[in-house]
Amino acid sequence: MEKYDFDLIIIGAGPAGLTAGIYASRAKTSTLILDIGIVGGQMVLTYEIANYPGVEQTSGFMLSKTMKKQAISFGCEIKSNVKITHFDCSRKVKKIIVNDSIEYNAKAVIIATGGRPRSLNAKGEEIFKGKGISYCATCDGDFYQNKEIIVVGGGNSALEEAVSLTKYASKVTVVHQFNYFQAFDFAIKEAKANGKIEYIMESTIVGFEGHEKLENVIIKNLKTGKEHYMKIDGVFIFIGYEPNTEFLKGKIDLNERNEILTNDDLATSLDGVFAAGDVRKKNIRQITTSVADGTIAAINAVNYIQCK
Amino acid sequence: MLLQTNLKHIATEDDFNKIINENENVMICCGRMGPMCLPVYDVMEEFENSGDYNHVGFRDMLFDNPDAHVIRNLPECSGFMGLPFTVYFKNGKVVKATSSIQSAEQVKEILDTEFK
Ligand SMILES: Cc1cc2nc3c(=O)[nH]c(=O)nc-3n(C[C@H](O)[C@H](O)[C@H](O)COP(=O)(O)OP(=O)(O)OC[C@H]3O[C@@H](n4cnc5c(N)ncnc54)[C@H](O)[C@@H]3O)c2cc1C
Repeated sequence: MEKYDFDLIIIGAGPAGLTAGIYASRAKTSTLILDIGIVGGQMVLTYEIANYPGVEQTSGFMLSKTMKKQAISFGCEIKSNVKITHFDCSRKVKKIIVNDSIEYNAKAVIIATGGRPRSLNAKGEEIFKGKGISYCATCDGDFYQNKEIIVVGGGNSALEEAVSLTKYASKVTVVHQFNYFQAFDFAIKEAKANGKIEYIMESTIVGFEGHEKLENVIIKNLKTGKEHYMKIDGVFIFIGYEPNTEFLKGKIDLNERNEILTNDDLATSLDGVFAAGDVRKKNIRQITTSVADGTIAAINAVNYIQCK
Repeated sequence: MLLQTNLKHIATEDDFNKIINENENVMICCGRMGPMCLPVYDVMEEFENSGDYNHVGFRDMLFDNPDAHVIRNLPECSGFMGLPFTVYFKNGKVVKATSSIQSAEQVKEILDTEFK
């Protein structure tokens, strides 16, 4: 097996990981960032970013590209589209193996694996992804011209996307598990004022059915337990995000939502392992807060390495 | 009408016919510069640069290019409702097609199975 040593390994190349990479490399710490997907993380999912200070307007893709370029310019190495197949950070030397073929050792690790859209985990969901089930209204909305669709969720994203999907769809039914929405007043008002939107409250989808593509869903009323079929052309799911921490279970302290617990220095329960960004327990999840976390984690990780 | 990626692009129906007829193994990703498409182009670039898939031709094509009907209207893509449409050709014939975002692991599995 190939083996490489670094001072610091950062897992995740979203804004938190890339910022940590910029700070650590600039401090002359040999740094490697590993990512299971494309560099940029959830930023890549964002067409337009208008709230990143100092940059009036940009796309998530462009901001990711600039952050990546900045990190590399300071000497940071980045490997994307690699899978961590072994993670042992319980000892002084942290060992990470990717793709079962390359071993990386480091003195400290920052976990910045962020989050991913939550799935319903309903029967048939995997089969109909891209064939009637979508998690991106901007990407797939125009496949549903004059069609009837469902939006699952009751938060800001769900209601805003329900409104935006009425540009294409003839009817949008919002299916939500509670009898109230967890969205800002203006988002609720805008959705309620839209004549194309209907609501099925206190309900969820428990099954997806069809042949070549999605044709029916099974909707369960969570109060009565009754289930009914609904013929539908598409379903957009916006029920929040969950942290990418599966590979850490039993190895590091997580809370009941599987978010990493950290102290003020962003140190985790494992010595020499820090966490930054959306993956850790915190209230506000934005690019700016991830960038701040990346900074704090990197400076503390570099101090940790220098003191050892 | 081309995508802004580092992949080689298919611009016309002629390009499409040439690439699938002159190469044994071809992977074509047809999409836009959107969140579900970018990760697939990135995986393709990674595999193309790795040297492990020199036997595969990696190409992209803009979904809104009128000539992209060669992908959009394939029977194998008839149920697709999510970008990108990714199609794998062996000796000019479709052997696999996927809709929406795919991970490196998913793409690798298809390449290793279909283009052994
Ligand atoms: C649709 C959408 C729009 C948004 N719009 C805005 C906005 O306008 N402004 C704003 O400030 N914020 C916005 N956000 C929130 C913002 O994008 C996130 O808060 C931010 O990206 C979190 O950064 P992060 O680095 O902590 O995690 P992420 O961005 O989630 O990055 C984590 C990275 O870790 C990688 N990873 C995951 N698991 C593993 C693993 N096991 N091994 C290796 N790598 C792994 C992932 O591939 C990913 O690249 C938006 C989010 C979404 C989804």
